[in-house]
Amino acid sequence: MIALENVSKAFAAKAVLAPTSLAPSQGRTTVLLGPSGCGKSTLLRLMVGLIAPDSGRALFDGTEISPANVDTVRHRIGYVIQEGGLFPHLDGIGNVTLLAGYLGRDQGWIEGRVSALCALVRIPRELLQRYPHELSGGERQRVALMRALMLEPEVLLMDEPLAALDAITRRELQGELKELFAALAKTVVLVTHDLHEAAWFGDEIVLMRAGRIVQRGSLEDLLQRPAEPFVTQFVRAQRADPRLVAK
Amino acid sequence: MKPLLLGLCLACAASAGFAQQTLVVGSKRFTESYILGEIAAQTVRATGTNAEHRQGLGNTGIVFAALKSGSIDLYPDYTGTVARELLKSEASDLESLNRGLGPMGLGVAVPFGFDDTYALAMREDEAQRLGVQTITELAAQPQLRFGLSHEFLNRNDGWPGLARTYALPQAPRGLDHGLAYEALAGGQIDVMDIYSTDAKIAKYKLRVLRDDRHFFPDYGAVLVYRLDVPQRFPRAWAALQRLQGRINADAMVAMNAQAELGGQGFADVAAGFLARSDAASATGRGGFWSLMLGRDFWRLTGQQLLLVFASLAAAIAAGIPLGVWAARSRAAAQPILSGVGLIQTVPSLALLAFLIPLLGTIGTWPALVALFLYSLLPIVRNTHSGLTGIAPELRDSARALGLPAPARLRLIELPLAARSILAGIKTSAVINVGTATIAAFIGAGGYGERIATGLALNDNAMLLAGAVPAALMALLVHALFELLDRRLIPAGLRQASG
Repeated sequence: MIALENVSKAFAAKAVLAPTSLAPSQGRTTVLLGPSGCGKSTLLRLMVGLIAPDSGRALFDGTEISPANVDTVRHRIGYVIQEGGLFPHLDGIGNVTLLAGYLGRDQGWIEGRVSALCALVRIPRELLQRYPHELSGGERQRVALMRALMLEPEVLLMDEPLAALDAITRRELQGELKELFAALAKTVVLVTHDLHEAAWFGDEIVLMRAGRIVQRGSLEDLLQRPAEPFVTQFVRAQRADPRLVAK
Repeated sequence: MKPLLLGLCLACAASAGFAQQTLVVGSKRFTESYILGEIAAQTVRATGTNAEHRQGLGNTGIVFAALKSGSIDLYPDYTGTVARELLKSEASDLESLNRGLGPMGLGVAVPFGFDDTYALAMREDEAQRLGVQTITELAAQPQLRFGLSHEFLNRNDGWPGLARTYALPQAPRGLDHGLAYEALAGGQIDVMDIYSTDAKIAKYKLRVLRDDRHFFPDYGAVLVYRLDVPQRFPRAWAALQRLQGRINADAMVAMNAQAELGGQGFADVAAGFLARSDAASATGRGGFWSLMLGRDFWRLTGQQLLLVFASLAAAIAAGIPLGVWAARSRAAAQPILSGVGLIQTVPSLALLAFLIPLLGTIGTWPALVALFLYSLLPIVRNTHSGLTGIAPELRDSARALGLPAPARLRLIELPLAARSILAGIKTSAVINVGTATIAAFIGAGGYGERIATGLALNDNAMLLAGAVPAALMALLVHALFELLDRRLIPAGLRQASG
């Protein structure tokens, strides 16, 4: 569904992404993992056309993303960021239905979709009357997820969706999200800096460093068959995390 | 003691008897004379004396004849006119005039405080083309067509003397003064006679030619009166004398403009002036509040509100798109922001003075344009900063949703910037209330009218009667926008920021 072919990107003459190719497996969850500044968010932003590659091509459904088709492509992609990116001037329902309303979707269809999504992300309908600042961090991410899923996109892109949450909420949402990904069977690309989270979600883990992909594979591959010393180094640094030991 | 009381009673009875008589005021047939005549008549009436104003009796000769015959008791005229036209003399000081008029049972008194001298004027562009600045230079331009008022053509202190002094070769034709402006503007004539307090100099973009040989004498505005008036109407005469020095040239130009360009009746213009100066001299008695809430209060308030909000509406309509453009295009941002900033540095009086010839009119229009220009900066700047200040992740979220740019602007960016934009509009509105008072100097009305009068008369109470309501209006406007902020700004933005 999504394919990046030899894309590279530089900001202010500083290369943040060396020519890279990546095609996340359809219907599965791919996790982009790495320390901050490694280029993982840049890959995600290329996929949704928020930035254009300096070289190479970003494809969606076999077609190169261009200014002419980017909005249509985005309607088929759900995109969730760290704090949710909810619009503070709209209440929950306003955020969730903004695009559907703009596209003139039938009111009955919208209502049905909102009810279904409330059940899916386990949020009471009344909570959607609240403004983002009146919601807890976890609730905000649930509403943001509803907004991303509203138009039944084929792809879900999540950029550090749980990074800003407290440990308990984060644990809870990790569990729910994994179930949800399995139930939806959508192509999911999730960005995280956390090895544990990558292992938890990732059907495939893509480890990155300094603008290039270091290794692709399962957690097992990273642990047992590190492609270069950095992989072991990165794993060791996060091993101290008790959650990983617990797993 | 008793004889004194008796005498007082007799005097009262006598003056009561005389008060049944009517004091007749005359005036010549042009705006300023009408207004001065009306001011005199209303001043007399205010003392309880009957007064009649025989408006626009005709030219100097007719009005003077009416005065001599006793058909009228007094009329406004100018020292130079009295000297040359009536006394055939060059000396135009009050003493000489009274010496000359005394034998006829007449006198001059109550110099109002301004000069209205004759002058010649041309279209500014024509004068520039020919390089004519002085009357002397007219002699070298025999092809110029002169259109002069009939009175000027025939007066000793008009064309005959002027043509002699400057050796002017042109053959002027007589033209009604009121029509001469249009004839000049339309190119049918090239030179006309005007008065220095003429309200239309700016409107028609005229160049007043310098009287480099000082042909025109002083034309101080005075009352010409029958010498028996002070005895017959003592109270009225005392009141009239208080008009001395009360009208300066600016005040007269403003009144002429109110009548000729603002379409106000002469009686209203005079009443407005008297209300201001009465109020000014009555502050001790009536108190500041009655001065402030005087009868012109609502008219001035209406004018002030019109100036503030009409210009503000235009500034919103232009400023928000400019701010959006500046936020969208880095190339456009710098010119737009420095452009509106530059306007702000132009002093308001200079801007008004610049706009008058540009728009060809005084009064409300140039004031509105100036206020509009001043209002732009806060609105443009706050729209720009409101939009550029939107958090990048919100901007990205909006784009990632797949909303096209116009929809993002309407549904997300403008609402997110609304608070900043509204704050800019509020700043503009409050500043406008203050700046609008300066518009009175070009006849746009509003509270500034009182401030201008107060400055002209050196009357602090009058000045405050304009400044205090302006300050109160600024506070009210501020409060109104606080209310609007609560009404218009989405709850999510308000509470989120405190």
